[in-house]
Amino acid sequence: MDKNSTNYVLLFVLMMTVVVALVLTGVRQGTESKALENEAIFNKRAVLAAVNDYLGMGEGVTANDLADEKVLEIFDSRVKQITLNTAGEVVEGVLAEKIDMAKEKKKDMADRVLPLFQYENEGETFYILSVRGNGLWDEIWGNIALESDINTIAGASFDHKGETPGLGAEIKDNPTFPGNFSGKKIFRDGEFVSVVVRKGGAQDTTYEVDGISGATVTADGVTKMLHDGISLYLPYLNQARQNSKMESLLIDQH
Amino acid sequence: MAEVKAVEKVKEPLFGRAEKKLLTDPLNDNNPITVQVLGVCSALAVTSLVYPSVVMAIAVTLVTGFSSLFTSMLRTYIPSQVRMIVQLVIVAFLVTLVEMALKYFNYPIYKQLSVYIGLIITNCIVMGRLEAFAMANKPWRSFLDGLGNGIGYGAILVMVGVVREIFGKGTLFAGSPIELKFIGNTSAYMINTTDSVLFGWYANNNLMVLPAAAMFIIGIMIWIQRSYNTKLVDVS
Repeated sequence: MDKNSTNYVLLFVLMMTVVVALVLTGVRQGTESKALENEAIFNKRAVLAAVNDYLGMGEGVTANDLADEKVLEIFDSRVKQITLNTAGEVVEGVLAEKIDMAKEKKKDMADRVLPLFQYENEGETFYILSVRGNGLWDEIWGNIALESDINTIAGASFDHKGETPGLGAEIKDNPTFPGNFSGKKIFRDGEFVSVVVRKGGAQDTTYEVDGISGATVTADGVTKMLHDGISLYLPYLNQARQNSKMESLLIDQH
Repeated sequence: MAEVKAVEKVKEPLFGRAEKKLLTDPLNDNNPITVQVLGVCSALAVTSLVYPSVVMAIAVTLVTGFSSLFTSMLRTYIPSQVRMIVQLVIVAFLVTLVEMALKYFNYPIYKQLSVYIGLIITNCIVMGRLEAFAMANKPWRSFLDGLGNGIGYGAILVMVGVVREIFGKGTLFAGSPIELKFIGNTSAYMINTTDSVLFGWYANNNLMVLPAAAMFIIGIMIWIQRSYNTKLVDVS
């Protein structure tokens, strides 16, 4: 067959494509379940990173240091997954860890579902919220853990798609940045105020954290992400706060 | 008649002088980054830490090696009108395999390298070697040439990574199981905490973390290399 004829070219390309497609399909079939499992562990680790200080695994042990099996074990035994809608109602039938925040962000407000992870450590309950927003170049996202008073932040973890290494990427790479969120509060006199990442250093020690020099846009993105992201949870959080107030009142009366 | 056959049967040695040269040339005299100045884009992007640089170097070496091998094996069958497309399919095929392997074996590093694994497809070194060498040489030699160029690229990547990580972050192999943290003040520009055992006075150079630093480092490497390897100097 003439190597330059159209038929030869067509046949060659066709055969090659089929072979390549078959091999790739085969390999994917073989690796997909493990890859998905790895992805799930990666995401669960990020959720647990928000409660780094309360893992109960010893001093200085963070979610990053835990073995894969340990991450899954903690998630199975101490994390309760709840799926909410933006009205604060619990949605059945969707597992919180399966929620794709990137897709939810594109949906209409009313159709969104939100993951809420209730984490238990030594009798205390933590509420871990997932938020997602925009940094300088691309999306940023994170998990915020609230203490049982549903006001004080117990910890935070952030990640990003393409922020500048050394500048915006420090929200993930530098443990000081998420660490600064511990102990901050999101409600002032019962009103939601969120936490502000302040350029030039925090002014208000309760509601602000230090910014990162050279990464103002990313830091502002974090501020906006926190405000908008936690806002979505407000119907649920307010209700939970009411309930816990009632409970403590009842306890006081007894 | 018998004589002719004997001549035809003279085989190239499996690993002779020429083969060795194919492997070692790209390390110095014909380095893809410092001499051919190819594949610089990814060298700037992934080298802020050593560990991702090493993974990237291995990935690129595998892709250049095996794409050269496959292209060379098919070279007499590839129709010349569509040869670039065919090469691209081979490269894309291998890169997809690498991507799936990373997802399988080390998901965090896959996340860290993110788009750059996919971008190996567009790495000029890969296509450059296929067009320049693999289309005209036998499979074994092409394979060695591909490997050599991958290693030459990887060596520069790791060297740049070592310099950038030490001076930019004060760590070495961060993110890998053998992470070393030995110099500098990791949060120099945020809060002045000296949390390092050695060289606590050193404030990490933030420029080193930015891609621009890799450009300077590669430039200095080219300078050093040419100062002792004078045959590389363009006399014109």
